[in-house]
Amino acid sequence: MQALVPLIPFLPFIGFAVNGLFGSRLSKSTVGLIGSGALLVSFLLSVACFNEVSATGPIHSVLYNFMTVGSFQVNFSFLVDQLSVWMMLVVTGVGFLIHVYSIGYMHDDEGFWKFFAYLNLFIFSMLLLVMGDNLVMLFFGWEGVGLCSYLLIGFWFTNKEYNKAARKAFIMNRIGDLGLLLGIFLIFKTFGSVAYTDIFSRIESVNPDPAIITAICLLLFVGAIGKSAQIPLYTWLPDAMAGPTPVSALIHAATMVTAGIYLVARCNPLYNLSPDALTIVAAVGLVTSIWAALIGLRQNDIKKVLAYSTVSQLGLMFVALGMGAYVSAMFHVTTHAFFKALLFLGAGSVIHAMGGEQDIRNMGGLRKALPITFWVFLIGTFAISGFPLLAGFFSKDEIFANTYAAGGRLWWGLAGLGGMITAIYMCRLLFVTFFGNFRGTEEQKRHLHESPGVMTIPLIVLAALSVLGGFLNTPHFLHLGTPQWLGHFLEPVVQNADPAHGGEPHHLPESTEWSLMLFTTSLALIVIVVSYFVYAVRRGLPVADADQTGLTRVLARKFYVDEIYDFLFVKPTEKMSQLLHYYADIWAIDGIVNGIGSGVRAVGAQFRKLQNGNMEYYLIGMVVGAVLLFLTLFV
Amino acid sequence: MSLLLLLIPFLASLALLGSRHLPARQIALAATLANLTVTAIALAGFNGDGSFNYELNQPWLPEAGISFRLGLDGISMLLVLLTNLLAPIIVYTSFNRSFELENRYYGLVLLMTGALNGVFMALDGLLFYVFYELALIPIYFICAIWGGENRIRVTLKFFIYTFVGSLFMLVALLAVYLKTPGFIQEGLPAAAHSFNWENLVAVQLDSATAWWVMLGFFLAFAVKMPIFPFHTWQPDTYVTAPTGGTMLLSGIMLKMGIYGVIRWMVPLAPEALHTWAPIFLGLAVVGIVYASLIAVKQSDLKRLIAYSSIAHVGLIAAGVMAWNKTGVQGGMIQMLNHGINVVGLFFIVDLLERRLGSRSLIDMGGIARSAPKFAALFMIVMLGSVAVPLTNGFVGEFLLLNGVWNYNAWLGAAAGLTIIFGAVYMLRAYGLAMFGEANRQTENFADVDRREWIVLGAVAGMVLLLGFFPQVILNLTDGSVNRILGAVQF
Repeated sequence: MQALVPLIPFLPFIGFAVNGLFGSRLSKSTVGLIGSGALLVSFLLSVACFNEVSATGPIHSVLYNFMTVGSFQVNFSFLVDQLSVWMMLVVTGVGFLIHVYSIGYMHDDEGFWKFFAYLNLFIFSMLLLVMGDNLVMLFFGWEGVGLCSYLLIGFWFTNKEYNKAARKAFIMNRIGDLGLLLGIFLIFKTFGSVAYTDIFSRIESVNPDPAIITAICLLLFVGAIGKSAQIPLYTWLPDAMAGPTPVSALIHAATMVTAGIYLVARCNPLYNLSPDALTIVAAVGLVTSIWAALIGLRQNDIKKVLAYSTVSQLGLMFVALGMGAYVSAMFHVTTHAFFKALLFLGAGSVIHAMGGEQDIRNMGGLRKALPITFWVFLIGTFAISGFPLLAGFFSKDEIFANTYAAGGRLWWGLAGLGGMITAIYMCRLLFVTFFGNFRGTEEQKRHLHESPGVMTIPLIVLAALSVLGGFLNTPHFLHLGTPQWLGHFLEPVVQNADPAHGGEPHHLPESTEWSLMLFTTSLALIVIVVSYFVYAVRRGLPVADADQTGLTRVLARKFYVDEIYDFLFVKPTEKMSQLLHYYADIWAIDGIVNGIGSGVRAVGAQFRKLQNGNMEYYLIGMVVGAVLLFLTLFV
Repeated sequence: MSLLLLLIPFLASLALLGSRHLPARQIALAATLANLTVTAIALAGFNGDGSFNYELNQPWLPEAGISFRLGLDGISMLLVLLTNLLAPIIVYTSFNRSFELENRYYGLVLLMTGALNGVFMALDGLLFYVFYELALIPIYFICAIWGGENRIRVTLKFFIYTFVGSLFMLVALLAVYLKTPGFIQEGLPAAAHSFNWENLVAVQLDSATAWWVMLGFFLAFAVKMPIFPFHTWQPDTYVTAPTGGTMLLSGIMLKMGIYGVIRWMVPLAPEALHTWAPIFLGLAVVGIVYASLIAVKQSDLKRLIAYSSIAHVGLIAAGVMAWNKTGVQGGMIQMLNHGINVVGLFFIVDLLERRLGSRSLIDMGGIARSAPKFAALFMIVMLGSVAVPLTNGFVGEFLLLNGVWNYNAWLGAAAGLTIIFGAVYMLRAYGLAMFGEANRQTENFADVDRREWIVLGAVAGMVLLLGFFPQVILNLTDGSVNRILGAVQF
């Protein structure tokens, strides 16, 4: 298996190369086959890795020495352990379904081959990110996925707005990347290596200053903030919806944005040593999760709602990480990948049917025309809202329980509030879109159709996963079979911990767990029922943009954060650029240089007068010089 | 071997400057390719332990301790490789333009190539100085004869500025020379002093002298690179010069300054490094942020790349002057990669200008649709310049930032802003040029022809190849960098 491990990322890379170089000359079915086929093989190999890792432990595969500078050594090598193989399964599995779906979704696009090339390049980068055995490899993937995200957000490149969104994503990610880079430098300086196994095994012998550990953790977290779209670097993600919908599903929901969660989970031995850093992680996550959920309440673009929901869910995962519940975060990464990919692809199916329309106020009643899409979207909505026994129910419940145990009532209450708002806007989205009367144009109405099988089959598979995914890690007290299976599997690499209170996670009494679960579940159910009445039965509609007032307007305009950033950062940078160019560079610095030049010329013009051809002047000069020289002998 | 690298271009240059009837293009290309071949052979038999390979030592003015001494350690080898790798590309890209007095143009390019090889191989202080100044003459004429608007004024300023800088170096060099002990070699007249590199390095300076010597060298090299605030000749000169000249200046010539720091400035006056380093690094880092910021709003693509080059070179200078392993090794590999990328970028500007008659981003847009191959190649070169991992720009920037960061964490973080700003101005430029709606001019933008495809394909290929396998280059310089770092402690 060891020899085959490099194939897992490099098969998609070959797919990228083939489609990128020759794609324009190949037929669409060949392009789709190469793109998806490469991924299918990668997925199957990942399954084989999973089996081997379960049976015999981690696989280490060194490809070559990437660079060695003094003691700074970086190998191009892979570490397939429980954590990475789990991410590999999610990335290649969900990725494969989305590739298949894209064959249908992108069918009429002239950039079909380019799309598949980029998607494969993304998978390659994402696999480097999770499979690398050291932080520099992770950084390759980290920046690589950012690049692919840039290419795919701006996929329809003739649109200027889309380009702007793509650029914004890349630049905001790079702000985070700088933090990550400095974190890597500090780790190397402290531990003398960038390989995970070296770093974690040297913690005890190096025994670094806690302040350094905290600095490392916070720098890495800056990277995570950028990639996983947390406050203050979250505004790129909603704009990233400019890309084709499969991209939103794969990159901006299921995989890339979870890289920040992966990074913190991977470095859990470091975070466990810094309760301060963990508290900051949890706080940022909590604020983001509520903030984004509030914005989501008043968005009317079907993809924007889902985007804010992603930001919010990622926030919830950081809350879990901050509570030391690393496994719970990974569990939610997994279930979220299922239902969020499902929701985005479902939204794509809707957009496909509506001829590009994305405003839910112009939809309505779609459940009749798009029955499969409706049902899977309903499953996705219920899963994310925490409907009993669906995937999100278990993973969110686990996070809430751990938050209660490690953080207490206030943390739990606020996290739960975010969860409740999520249920509200998701149900609003579902009912406004699929119930009531059709509000689009006649033209759209005639055009309405269910998507082809190549799109609906991946949806059905994801729907099944969204139903069953929760059983990967069911709580003990429910006795539903496979108790805590995922936690047990990941145990060698990540375990839940509670560093603030002595290390071992605090176990709640069964009765408390029951009551917490009943409480949140009944809240979710109430929300679902109430929204059904408000949006489906009474057909309450979101108001038109012009009629928005007060808080609705503030939320619809996303708290004006984009405008504030523009005022605080973008405009001043541009102004500064011009000021520096004209005043500092041309006027001041170059002015001095030219001034010296003119000065020398002016002096030269005066001296030139001495060379006037008059013999006496020269003789006088000579005598004066000789006298002066003579005098120096006596000084 | 080392002599061949001088003789081939010099003789070919002589022939071209002497006669108008020779096929100038073919001779120039053949000579540069011959040099590349010699370089490849030299690389094949290269010993990278830090000693000087292919050494040549002829007494020149023995009474004054001056000899014609050439040699190649890893550091020199890398720069010779850079020079002779880029020279054929620069000659070949010049084919796109027909010059008046073509034989002179190519003759001067060849003269320049020879002089640059001399700079990077000279192991005698005076010889180094001679080559250093010799390199200035052909580029002056190239810019002054075939340049654009204002070429006389701009070129004269460039010439005087860099020439004055070099005079400071000459004084500093003489100051050290005068402290070398006399020596006697059999069969030769006795010399009171010596310009031999090892002898100059061996001189122990008192701290006041060292302070002045280092300053003298720094002024010469800071103007050449250029480092903030000695940079104002650069954007005008790059913009005015013909593309081949800009490529010579930015791809190879500015590396003379960085090379000078490594080979001459620090080894000759290491006693002063401790005092000067904070100031030099400070200027370099200020320059990174300053030039990046200015690049953000430039609309002339050539000027934008000129400013971005100041930022990139500032980082190389900062990393090298941090004088630690990652910094210097990063500087080494980045000199090669910056040369490759910047030549690619200026070629792209040239291509755009030939097609559209303008370098202004305002006149571009939507080219990606009409010229997809060009868009892909431009994208790869652009990514190399933005230092995306697995392109050639990454390793250098990573190591340089690490070097600066090791010197001082805050300075490293400030220098790190380059990864953000680099993305800001390059993506803006690329987006404005290639994306968006096409206008009437760009609608029918012709995709790359065969010659352009060869050049850009070669550049893009190197961007990716060196991006995946940087160790090949790092190995080349490792021994020499160790040796020079070990010899100069501060």
